[in-house]
Formats: sequence, structure tokens, C-alpha cells
Amino acid sequence: MNPLATLGRVFIGFMQVAGRISLFTFVAVSHCLRPPWYPQLIGRQMLDIGYFSLPVVGLTSLFTGMVLALQSYTGFARFSAEGAVATVVVLSMTRELGPVIAGLMVAGRIGASMAAEIGTMRVTEQIDALSTLATNPFKYLVAPRLIAGLTMLPLLVIVADVIGVFGGYLVGVYKLNFNPAAYLKRTFDFLEFIDVFSGLVKAGAFGFIISLMGCYHGYHSEGGAQGVGRATTNAVVSASILLLVFNYGITEIFFATR
Amino acid sequence: MKHHPKISIRGLYKAFGPKVVLDGLDLDVGVAESMVVIGGSGTGKSVLLKCVLGLLEPESGSIKIDGVEVLGMPTSEREKINRKFGMLFQGAALFDSLAVWENVAFGLIRAQGVDRIAAKRIAIENLASVGLRPEVGELSPAELSGGMKKRVALARAVATKPEIIFFDEPTTGLDPIMSDVIDKLIVKCVHELGATALSITHDMGSARKIAHRVAMLHMGKIIWQGPVAGIDRSGNPYVDQFINGRAEGPIQMQVRA
Ligand SMILES: Nc1ncnc2c1ncn2[C@@H]1O[C@H](COP(=O)(O)OP(=O)(O)O)[C@@H](O)[C@H]1O
Ligand SMILES: [Mg+2]
Repeated sequence: MNPLATLGRVFIGFMQVAGRISLFTFVAVSHCLRPPWYPQLIGRQMLDIGYFSLPVVGLTSLFTGMVLALQSYTGFARFSAEGAVATVVVLSMTRELGPVIAGLMVAGRIGASMAAEIGTMRVTEQIDALSTLATNPFKYLVAPRLIAGLTMLPLLVIVADVIGVFGGYLVGVYKLNFNPAAYLKRTFDFLEFIDVFSGLVKAGAFGFIISLMGCYHGYHSEGGAQGVGRATTNAVVSASILLLVFNYGITEIFFATR
Repeated sequence: MKHHPKISIRGLYKAFGPKVVLDGLDLDVGVAESMVVIGGSGTGKSVLLKCVLGLLEPESGSIKIDGVEVLGMPTSEREKINRKFGMLFQGAALFDSLAVWENVAFGLIRAQGVDRIAAKRIAIENLASVGLRPEVGELSPAELSGGMKKRVALARAVATKPEIIFFDEPTTGLDPIMSDVIDKLIVKCVHELGATALSITHDMGSARKIAHRVAMLHMGKIIWQGPVAGIDRSGNPYVDQFINGRAEGPIQMQVRA
């Protein structure tokens, strides 16, 4: 084995996948922007992504907010800055953990089910059947999912932010014995619009990435049940990785425009 | 005006990587003719249909529908041409997120803009014509047996009254009686619509019932074609071996791939 040849092959393979995903994204987005749109299909996806993810996202962000209060208390107590706990909780939740936790949970839940559903449709020729019935699969399957992902994740993240901050409040007030009014004042005093806004921008991007990966891997799955299984795994893993990469990228953009 | 065949395929070449599946295939199907393509498993019969439908992109060749070249056509025009087609897929390919009647009405609602109530009525009529009761329309495809799925798929394929219908192994995996039912339904539907039919099968009994003409696909080419009546006197050793189902003969099954 020539290591250079291997490296070259890996690089070429990577570029091929990147090219295919770019092309897929381009076609998918162009279908999102052109009529006809299918409102019931978009609605159903929104329900699935937004409403049915609420329990998972709610629980995970509740505990994240709670643990955040405890951990930051431990840290700040070392230099007598316990008062900053509320501020740290709200900034961490809105800027970072709300979108990331919600994103990762939805990636596991929705990315997987999209890839499995579309993948099954691919291997059972249902996608071919759509084309023969004068229905573009991008318009019918991909566009509603992208639109729903892009719009629902920010809403979910607003909920995650509120619940996370509430979790921090519970721990702060009932365990760390902060004064409730003071804790709330500390929460909102230093919160700026950009904190929440940057989190929502991230959420939109994450929602798009999750749907895109679910659709892409499902659409290109081949080889029966095993292929669908592989597509599901790939959808979740690639969505999670891309999500964290974009998380850093978007954070840096907002950091630069501080 | 010149008379075109409904479908005219010339020099069709399709490969998957190094594997050549169709290797310069020529085939004409006349207007309102029922052509059956026979050939062993994995010879590329489904690939042929998918190339004509635009689901697969052949490397080279020409496919004309009503005399119009469809290869290399822009997507929007291609979608218009596709409205002429109906297709019965090998595995039925029913949409399992939709009820049976919605499957049948799918093309009517999406392609022809029929409203849901009228489309449902037509769908129920179509189900009746393949021998299924209206109640079946409310079921989900997962609740149907194999034979019922094929019948629903048949009803869906003909619901939009297509000019050209493709049947991909319509009777494979069905018992002989159900096969006969499906064959008869195909003959009836094609006759009533006056449609051009291109079917694929390796079931000779079925081919004899539905075909006007038969073509045999082997090694990526049509190696013989002729009227169904002449199939027993084709004088072609490949056809003889195939229709008599003998392991010995010019066709060497690749037991070890
Ligand atoms: N999408 C595809 N990718 C790679 N190979 C394919 C694909 N579709 C079909 N093939 C190959 O083409 C050959 C012909 O397949 P097919 O047309 O399905 O055979 P059949 O005549 O039984 O319908 C098979 O060997 C199959 O492996
Ligand atoms: Mg086949």
C-alpha cells in the first residue's frame, strides 16, 4: 500500500461526496424557492420536528440548565463571584447550549427517521414511482423537510432556552439559596438581543443541516435494509459533526461582529 | 405525416461502473402494441424501462417517444413527456404513508389537478375494475397481500389513462391463479385504454397471454423478436432454451458471479 495513493484516494473520495452534497443542496434549495409548495406536507413535517421533539428537547435542556448552575457555582465560588451564576446560565443557554442540545437531540430523532423513511422509499422504488406520477421527489420529499427543519428548530430553541434558564433558576433558588428576585434580575440584566439572536441563527442552520443530511443519505441509500441502516447512521453522524463545525463557524462570525 | 413507432430505442448503452448492462440495444414498440421483453434475471430488463422513463441516465443511444428524442431533454419538458407514462413496479412501490385510494388517486391529484373528492370516486372505480372492493381503499398498503398490492399498483398505473404503460414483472411472486387474474387485468386495461404496453417478465405463460410481440434481451442486446405466435418456432437457440427453461444451452448462467 502506497500511503500517498491512499491519501489521494481519500481526498478524491471526500471531494466527490462534497460535490454530490453541494449539488443535492443546490437542487433542493431551488425547489424550496419555487412553487408549487405542499402545505400539508410541510405542516406534517413541522409537527414532527417541532411539536413531537418538545419532550426530548425540554427534558435535556432542563437538566442542562440545572447542571450549568451547579457547575458554574462551583467555579465562581472559588473567586467569590457566585453572583454571576444566573448570567452565566442564561448566556450559555441562549448562545450555545440551547441550540447545540436541541440540535443534537433533533439530529438523533429526526435525522434518523428522515433517512430511514426516504431510504426505504428509495430501495422499495417509491421514489421512482413518484417521478412516474409526475411528482418531483425533491419537491415532494426534500423541500418540505428542509423548510420545516429551518423554521422549527429556532422555535424549539426558544423553548429550550426558556426551560434551561428555568432549570438554572430552580437549582439557584432551591439548592444554592439565591434570592429569587435577585436571580431573575441577574438573568435579564446582562442579556442582550444578540445573545438570543445568534442562538436562533444557529438553530436555523442546524435544522437545515439535520434535514439535509437525513434527506441526502436517505435519497442515496442503496442495497436493501442494510443500506437503509447505513444511511440512518450516516445521517445522524454527519449531521452531528457538521452541526458542531457550523456551531464554531457561526460563533466566530458573531464573535467578530461583537 | 410520417408514422412513428410509439417508442423507438436505438443503440442504448448503459453501464454501472465497469459493468455493462445494456450494450447497444435497439427496440421499437408500435402504437397500441403490447410488447413483452423476456430475459433472465439480472439481464437489465428493469434498467431498460428505467432508462426510457428517465429514472436512469444512459451513457449513449437514442430514445424517441412519438418521434421526439427524450435523452438530454431539459427536466421540465421531460416531466411533461412523463405524463404519458404509467408504470407498474416490480415490487408494487405503493406509498406506505398513504391510504390505498390515495395511492391510486395520486397521479390524478398531482398531475391532473383533479380535486380530492372526484379523485377518490375515480380511484374507487379503478379499484373496482381490478376486483377490489371500496373498503380496500381505506386500508394502508401494509395491510394488503402481495396479489392485492399488485392489483392496487395496476389500478394506480392506469388511473391517469396513460398512453404508454410499463409492467415490470407483474406476476412474479404470485400464485398461478392470481397471475392469471393479473394477466387478464393487464390485457383488459391496455385494451380499454388503447395504450401501448411494454412489459417485462420471465414467466412465459404470462408472456403468451399479454404479448402481441415478444423480444428477448440477452447480454445487453435484443437477440430475437417476433410475434408471440412464432415464439415456439423462433429457430433461435437462446429463445428455445429460455422458453423451455433448460439449464443446458447457449445461455450460460453465471452460477459464480
Ligand atoms: N442502480 C444500480 N446500480 C448499480 N447496478 C445496478 C443498478 N440497477 C441495476 N443494476 C445492475 O444491472 C443489472 C440488471 O439489473 P435489472 O435491470 O434490475 O435486472 P432484471 O433484468 O432482473 O430486471 C444487475 O446486474 C444489477 O446489479
Ligand atoms: Mg427487474
